[in-house]
Amino acid sequence: MSAVKIEGLRKSFGKLEVLRGIDLDVAEHEVVCLIGASGSGKSTLLRCVDRLVEWDAGTISLDGVDIDSDEMSEAELRRRVGIVFQAYNLFPHLSVLDNITLAPRKVHRVDKAQADADARRLLELFGMAAFADSYPDRLSGGQQQRVAIVRALATNPDVLLLDEVTSALDPELVGEVLAVIRELKEGGMTMLLATHEMSFARDSADRVCFLDAGRIVEQGPPDQLFGDPHEARTRQFLQRIIEAGRL
Amino acid sequence: MVVAVALVYGITHSPGWEEVKAAFFDWGKYEDSFPEISRAFLLNVKIFCIAEAFILVFALLLAVLRSLPGPVFFPIRALAIAYADFFRGVPTILVIAILGFGVPALDVAGVPRSETFWAIVALVLIYTAYVSEVYRAGIDSVHPSQEAAARSLGLTRGQALTSVVLPQAVRRVIPPLLNDFIGLQKDTALVGILGSVEAFKQSQINTQTDFNFTHYLVAATLFVAITIPLARFTDWLVARDRRKRQAGSLV
Repeated sequence: MSAVKIEGLRKSFGKLEVLRGIDLDVAEHEVVCLIGASGSGKSTLLRCVDRLVEWDAGTISLDGVDIDSDEMSEAELRRRVGIVFQAYNLFPHLSVLDNITLAPRKVHRVDKAQADADARRLLELFGMAAFADSYPDRLSGGQQQRVAIVRALATNPDVLLLDEVTSALDPELVGEVLAVIRELKEGGMTMLLATHEMSFARDSADRVCFLDAGRIVEQGPPDQLFGDPHEARTRQFLQRIIEAGRL
Repeated sequence: MVVAVALVYGITHSPGWEEVKAAFFDWGKYEDSFPEISRAFLLNVKIFCIAEAFILVFALLLAVLRSLPGPVFFPIRALAIAYADFFRGVPTILVIAILGFGVPALDVAGVPRSETFWAIVALVLIYTAYVSEVYRAGIDSVHPSQEAAARSLGLTRGQALTSVVLPQAVRRVIPPLLNDFIGLQKDTALVGILGSVEAFKQSQINTQTDFNFTHYLVAATLFVAITIPLARFTDWLVARDRRKRQAGSLV
């Protein structure tokens, strides 16, 4: 069974139709990269899967359960699906440790000692134990984004959504964040990523989907999509990326 | 600086200076009436402490009500806006006079008759309107992505508000909150119009007995003596929060 199944998803903001019928299955342990120009609908699609955006038509299911039905509470959905944002969105008034333990403590009623211990173990795992008591403002962008990933992992999700998580980073900091994502892939995490890092998509994705104007124009294994794209629009997009020196 | 020196020189060398000096800067009278006016000032302190406690809570509540999203809450938002508009518009002294003279005169059993009580109610009503605007600015200044992040972690709207949005909002508005608190302290002098003997009323009484205005100076020093340390304390609070957020890193 697919971990995430999206069928006929449509979403408009006012007159602007951002998603025009998206069908996408993500299998368990699969890493799917969404590529496409800004405004092609990647972010909106991810936000729908976490119900941060209400969609107009279509269904999204998690392990066969419709996420918009009574069978799946918002809290349950958001425990099982983690999301990491482009701008990190850490809470600046809380220490790194408190950022990570907020949801376990407030939502899942884990006691503080246990939540702290779990969070420190996760930080240790990603080589950031030393930052536990720092505040986000003092960390580099790369460190902040790694904390944001750990925060999303703290509720032990089945699926991780990553929304252009390296786009706000200085080039030399991109690597450390991508390394974390590769580690997660090796650990078997199911991931759906929107990304502009084409080389990462080529090397690490199981499947790449090219989105254009709210539709999935083409999808396939990275070798095929980057090496032998079938669609003209995919070729145009990749051509621009190559000209920009990004592939 | 030059202007200040020139001003002091100009005033102290003006033809009427000796008379003014006797009427406003009589050190003997200052010393004499200081204990009495200080005692009266305790009433001001009591009024603004009690009022501020209620204002901080009610204003936050009002600001939160006003930030509730969606058409369902429109009536609540509209009421909150009407309240803030009304009580920011009416002069404080009028509300104090209307409540302080009016309500006790109704002579309803069980309703407090103390004019000080009604003065506090009036100040709470007025300042709640002002302070709620301050809080609202703070809430609006927290980027929506913060709430989205909190919601994405499974926090409910209420939890996101109390754990993520409000703590940031309140920290940001501490300086303007202090501004309104100082305004409140000064406005406690208006309570004197009801006959409550607070610092201003006491100095007025003293002035009427000897036609010397030094007593007002006593009251003025007392007000300043409270606000200056408070302002420094707030600066320290803000600085401490900033230090905390930027310390404890290995970078």
